Amino acid sequence: MIFHKYANPNRFLKLATTIQPWAAGATGLFFVTGLYFALLASPGDYQQGETVRIMYVHVPAAWMAMFCYTAMAMAAAVGLIWKHPVADLAARSTAPIGACFTFLALFTGSLWGKPMWGTWWVWDARLTSVLILFFLYLGYMALANAFDDPARGSKAAAILALVGAVNVPVIKFSVDWWNTLHQPASVVKIGGPAIHSSMLVPLILMALAFKAYYIWVLLIRIRGEINAGKIRALRLRQVHGGPPPIAARPSQGVN
Amino acid sequence: MKRKHKRLTFVGIALLLLGTAAALILTAFEDNIVFFYSPTDLIDKNPGPDRRLRLGGLVEENSVDKQGGGQVVFRVTDTAKTVNVRFKGLLPDLFREGQGVVAEGRFIKGVFVADDVLAKHDENYMPPEVAEALKKSGQWQGTEKAKSQ
Repeated sequence: MIFHKYANPNRFLKLATTIQPWAAGATGLFFVTGLYFALLASPGDYQQGETVRIMYVHVPAAWMAMFCYTAMAMAAAVGLIWKHPVADLAARSTAPIGACFTFLALFTGSLWGKPMWGTWWVWDARLTSVLILFFLYLGYMALANAFDDPARGSKAAAILALVGAVNVPVIKFSVDWWNTLHQPASVVKIGGPAIHSSMLVPLILMALAFKAYYIWVLLIRIRGEINAGKIRALRLRQVHGGPPPIAARPSQGVN
Repeated sequence: MKRKHKRLTFVGIALLLLGTAAALILTAFEDNIVFFYSPTDLIDKNPGPDRRLRLGGLVEENSVDKQGGGQVVFRVTDTAKTVNVRFKGLLPDLFREGQGVVAEGRFIKGVFVADDVLAKHDENYMPPEVAEALKKSGQWQGTEKAKSQ
């Protein structure tokens, strides 16, 4: 299987080096065109007026909040079941990015809610389940870093991530299963999008920008985690084993 | 069975049980998760005046009566049944006849006395010109698509 090949961190880093500049370029390209359409070249809404433009940040952020959690839970499962070292690092690296997207979705939603609904926050099923998602990310990060041995931290956090995965379909379908103040889905729904093409174009462009940004930042973070692991291994060898190579020896007294 | 297959089976079964448990809990608490009652629910259940709850539906056309002093009376409908609502205070920008609304308050003697009114936005997004064109050509389907059953 392909993912066994990239269980080797060095082989993974080679792939990451190839993808990273493309992801960075795509992020820039999609953000520039997306923001141009979202802020300048698209009309106001017949009900909401200019406030509709908040949607171009809110909706992609909310999509990514769910996407990142799904990716994190899947990576955590692969790490847990197949003991895949890079998958563990991918799950760890996804958590803070997903948490930021979730916060952004909650924050922009609140800004939109005040002028449109007449309230910053309500405890309806959609808003509450997204808030739980945010806390799941925070809990995952806290648990993953609560152990001296990172492998144990990843294992414990992976279990939390998998348990929390139940929340993802609840978020998606909350607006269909229960009466909520939050509106039902406009884009991914039976019978085609209920959103005019002049507004769908900036939305899709912004969604692509967010996705490319995620890939870009994820690769940087995984690289950082791999390097941190190497430093940890060197330190351990210094303490328990023979002297490390001169070049890798850290200065005395600094820990 | 290899150890990784054991782990895979274990995780799979655990997730399945967890999903079932979550589904059962959410079904059991359905009444508490629902954000608002439709007029039909409200009339059928007829809760006492001491229970605070939310009523959601569409503001009926030509039913809004602004009586001065911030007092406003309107009717909320789910196209099957209709409830009279009395409210004193500021209405949100999106409050319009034919639009969704959620009112919070008490159901007292057949009148819903609201102390808070929120506008509910639907899932349709379009520029004003498109909305106009749809209305003109008779393809408009804004008001009669009541979401709440």
